[in-house]
Amino acid sequence: MNTTQTDNNAIITIDDMHKWYGDFHVLKNINLTVTRGERIVICGPSGSGKSTLIRCINRLEEHQRGSIIVDGIELTNDLKNIEKIRAEVGMVFQHFNLFPHLTILENLTLGPIWVRKTPKKEAEATAMYYLEKVRIAEQAKKYPGQLSGGQQQRVAIARSLCMKPNVMLFDEPTSALDPEMVKEVLDVMISLARDGMTMLVVSHEMGFAKSVAHRVLFMDGGEILEENEPHAFFTAPQHERTKLFLSQILE
Amino acid sequence: MEKTLPTQPAELVKPPATDIGILGWLKANLFNGWFNSLLTVIVIYLIYLAAPSFIQWAFLDSSWAANSEQCKMAGAGACWSVITANIRFILFGFYPHDLQWRPLLAVVILVLLLVYSRNRSHWRKSLFYGWLVGLFVMGLLLKGGLFGLEPVESNNWGGLPLTLLLSVFGLTAAYPVGILLALGRQSKMAVIKSFCVVYIELIRGVPLISLLFMSSVVFPLFLPEGMVINKILRAQVAIILFTAAYIAEVVRGGLQGLDRGQYEAAEALGLNYFQTMRLIILPQALKIVIPPSVSILISAFKDTSLVVIIALYDLLKTTQTTLTDPKWMGYSAEAYIFVAMIYFVCCFFMSNYSRKLERELDTSR
Amino acid sequence: MNAQVPDKIPFFRDPSKLSVFYQIMTLLGVVLLSYYLVSNTLANLERQSISTGFDFLGKEAAFEIGESLIDYSAADSYGRALIVGFLNTLIVSFIGITLTVLLGTVIGIARLSSNWLVAKLSAIYIEVFQDIPVLLQLFFWYAFFYEILPTPRQALAPLPGVFLCNRGLIFGVPHFHLAYIYAAIAFGAGIICVIFITRWSHKRQDESGKIFPLIRVSAVILVGAPLLAWLLGGAPAEMNVPALKGFNFKGGVTISPEFTALLLGLVLYTAAFVAEVVRAGIQSVSKGQREAAMSIGLKPAHVLNLVILPQALRVIVPPLTSQMLNLTKNSSLAVAIGYPDFVSVAGTTINQTGQAIEGVALIMIVYLIFSLSTSAYMNWYNKRIALVER
Repeated sequence: MNTTQTDNNAIITIDDMHKWYGDFHVLKNINLTVTRGERIVICGPSGSGKSTLIRCINRLEEHQRGSIIVDGIELTNDLKNIEKIRAEVGMVFQHFNLFPHLTILENLTLGPIWVRKTPKKEAEATAMYYLEKVRIAEQAKKYPGQLSGGQQQRVAIARSLCMKPNVMLFDEPTSALDPEMVKEVLDVMISLARDGMTMLVVSHEMGFAKSVAHRVLFMDGGEILEENEPHAFFTAPQHERTKLFLSQILE
Repeated sequence: MEKTLPTQPAELVKPPATDIGILGWLKANLFNGWFNSLLTVIVIYLIYLAAPSFIQWAFLDSSWAANSEQCKMAGAGACWSVITANIRFILFGFYPHDLQWRPLLAVVILVLLLVYSRNRSHWRKSLFYGWLVGLFVMGLLLKGGLFGLEPVESNNWGGLPLTLLLSVFGLTAAYPVGILLALGRQSKMAVIKSFCVVYIELIRGVPLISLLFMSSVVFPLFLPEGMVINKILRAQVAIILFTAAYIAEVVRGGLQGLDRGQYEAAEALGLNYFQTMRLIILPQALKIVIPPSVSILISAFKDTSLVVIIALYDLLKTTQTTLTDPKWMGYSAEAYIFVAMIYFVCCFFMSNYSRKLERELDTSR
Repeated sequence: MNAQVPDKIPFFRDPSKLSVFYQIMTLLGVVLLSYYLVSNTLANLERQSISTGFDFLGKEAAFEIGESLIDYSAADSYGRALIVGFLNTLIVSFIGITLTVLLGTVIGIARLSSNWLVAKLSAIYIEVFQDIPVLLQLFFWYAFFYEILPTPRQALAPLPGVFLCNRGLIFGVPHFHLAYIYAAIAFGAGIICVIFITRWSHKRQDESGKIFPLIRVSAVILVGAPLLAWLLGGAPAEMNVPALKGFNFKGGVTISPEFTALLLGLVLYTAAFVAEVVRAGIQSVSKGQREAAMSIGLKPAHVLNLVILPQALRVIVPPLTSQMLNLTKNSSLAVAIGYPDFVSVAGTTINQTGQAIEGVALIMIVYLIFSLSTSAYMNWYNKRIALVER
C-alpha cells in the first residue's frame, strides 16, 4: 500500500498543530496529511484527543499552534472561511444530533436550502436520493424521535451527504448504538467508502478498519503514536501502548 | 513503513502565554472578542460610578446607634439607627415587652428544627414527631396560658414570629389538604375529581389578596351569630387554602412522575387503594416533590407579606408602622433594605437547599 | 377449586358501588356545608341589614379616582368606577408584561454570557430580586419616589426633556398633528406589506433557492414608511415640553409615582423569574444541536433562527405565560400603594356599600377570566406543539 502523498492531491494538511484546554495539553504536535479518497480510522483510549482532533478539522474546536488547511483554505478566525469549510466537510456525531423539531426530510434539506441556496424541490429530490441510499426513504415524513438509534444515525449520514461534502468526519458513529444496530450503520459507511468518499473515522470498530481503511492511526495522550496500514497495524503493532490497547479491545 | 512523528519533544512546546494563568482567565472570561470586551468595560465603568457613592452612604457616612435628632443633623449618610432603635418593635410587634423572650425562643426552636432537618440522614419518624412537638411548643410559647406562662392575646402577635408562623404552619397544614386534592384530581370518581379540579383551578386563578379580602370581610359572614374567629386565624386559613392548591399541583406532578409499573405491582400484591397510596405511591411521590415543595415554602414565606394589606402586624407591617412614627419618617430606604435582607437570607438558604436536595435526589434515584 | 359466585355482593365490597357511594357522600357533604354557610350568611346579612345583589353597580360611587383612562368623576356609578379600575389593571399589566419579557430575556441571555462579569451580575440580580417579596419591592419604589426623589424644583433629568421627581416621571410629547396619524397609518400599512413580502420571499426561496434579506427589508419598511409619512405630512417637530411653573411641571405627560412604582416593582420582580425561564429554555437545547447546525455550514443567525430558537421556545413559552399571569395577579398589590387598579376600586366599593361577597366575587371573576383565557391559550399552544412533535 502506498502511503506517500503528493501534496497537490492533499485535501487536509495538518502541520505541527497543538491545542490546550487551559494548561492541559490535549493535542501535541499533530502532523497529518489526508489525500483525496483516502480513508483513515483513528483509534485510541478515551481521552486520547482523537475526537478533539477531528473536531478541530471543522473548527468546532480551535487550535492554538500550527496550521490546518482544508481544501486549500487555512482555518483561521475568519467566519466566511469557516462556513465554507464546514459546508465542504460533513460531520457525523456520536449522538446523531438530528434536529428534533424538523421532519427527517426537513433535517436533510435544511443545509442545502439555507447554505447552498438550492430550490426546495431540488433539495427534496436530493434528500430522497440519499434517503434511498441509506435505505430509509419511507421514514421521510416522520420526526427523529420516532426512529431507532441506528435509523437516526443513517439519517444523520444522509444529512451530511446532502451537502455533497468532499470529506466526511465520523466521531464515534456507532458507540451510542445498541449492538444490533451497529451493522446497519457500518454497512452504509462501507458503501460510502466504495463510492470513493474521503473519510476520517474515529472508531473502535476494528472489523471496519480492517476492511475499508487505508491507514489506521493510534492516538494516546494527545499524540499520534503510531500509524500504519491496517494489516500491519493489527498484526505487528510497534508501540507498547498500541499493543496494550489492541489486546484490551480485541478480547 | 512506520514514520516517527515528533520532530521536537511535545512537552517543550508551551501554550501561548495569553491562554494560561491570570492572563488566560481574563482573556477567556472578560475579553473574548470585541463585544465582550466592550461589555466588560461598560460594566466596570457602571460599577465604578455606583459603588463608591453607595459605600459612602451605607457605611462611611452612616450612623448606627444615634437617636433621630442626631440622624437628621448628620444628613447625608444612611441612618441605620432607625433599625437599631426600633429593632424590638420591628421583630416582635406589639408583643408585651418583657415577654419577648418567648417569641424569640420560638423562632430559635424553629430555626434549629429547620437546620437539623437539612440533613437527609435525620429524616426519620422521630423527626416528624419532633416537628409536631416543636410546632406545639412554639404555639404554646406565643400564646401562653399553660405551665404558668402568662397568656398573650393573639392580636398582639406580630413581627418575624408572625411571618414565620403564617408561612411554616400554613405549609404544614396545607400539605395534607394538598395531597388529598391531588389524589382527588387523579381519582376516577367523576364527582370527586370535578370538585378537586374546580377548587384547584379556581384558587390558582385568583390572586392571594382576593382570598385575604375574603378572610377579612366575607368569612365572618359565614359563621353563625356570636361566633368570632380572630383575624390571624382567618388569614391563616386563607393562606392554607391558597397554598393547598399549589401543593396539590406539585404532588400531582410527583404522582405522574411515577412509573405505571408501581401501581400495577401494588395491585398485583393485592393491596387496596388506600394501602397502595399509603405504602407504595405516596412515599415515592413525596420524595420527588420535596424540592418543588421547598419552592412553595419560599413563595408562602414571601406571600405572607401580603397580610399587610389586611392590617396584620407581620414583619413588613411593623417596619411600615415604625416609619410612620414622626421621629423616624423618611428613612424608608434603610428600613426596607434591612427587612429585604432578612427575607433574602431566608429565601436564599431555602432555595440553595432545594437545589442541593434536587441534585442529591437526582443521583440517589 | 370452584369459586362460588354469590348472586349478591355486599355493596362495601363492590368497587363500582363503593365509588358511587363515596361520590354521593361527598356531594352530600358539600351540599350540607354550602347550605350551612349560605344560611348563616343570609342570617348575618339580614341582621346587619346589608342588601344583596348587584344593584349597587348603578348607584353613585361618590369617590374620586386618581388615574383614569376614561372620563370619570365621583358622580359616576360604581359600575363605571370598576371599569376604570379594570382598565387600569389592564394597562399596567400590558405595559408590565412587555417590559418584563424584554428585560427578562436580556438578563436570561446575559446569565449565559461567556463574559464572566456579566454572567455573575445577572445571577446576582436573579437571586436578589426573586428572594425579596414583591410587596416589599413596591413599598421601596413608592418610598423612593416620595422620600428620595427631589421636589420638581430640583428634579433629576436623566435625559433631556425627561424629569424624575416626587411628582412622578414627566416627559415631553409631540404636539398633536395630522402627520402623526399619517405615520400610524403608514406603520399599519407597513405591517401588512411585510406580511406579503414574507409570503412572497418564502415562495421565491422554495422555487429558486434565493434567500431574501427579510429582516433587514422589513426593518427598513417598518421604520421608513412612518418616517416618510411624517415627512410628507410636514415634518412637525414641535414638542409639548414640560416646564417648571411654580411648584410643579406644566406640559408634557406625567406618569404618577404610584403607577411608576407599581410598574418598576412588578417588572423588576417578574423579570428575575422570566430570566430563569429563558435561561432554562436556552440551556435545554443541547450543545450537540448547535454543533450539528454549525457543521452543515449554517451562518450563526440561521443556527439561532432555524435550530436553537424553535426548540428553546417550546420550553420557554408555557412557563413564560404563567409568569405573565403572575404579573397580572400581582398587579392587585396596587391596592397597597394607592394605585387605583380593579382590586383597589373593588376594595373601596366593599367598604362603602358593605357588599363584601359581591365585591370579592367580582375580583375573583375578573382574575378567573384572565387565567382561564390564558390556560385556554396554553392548551391550544401545547396541542399545536404536540402535533409538530409527533
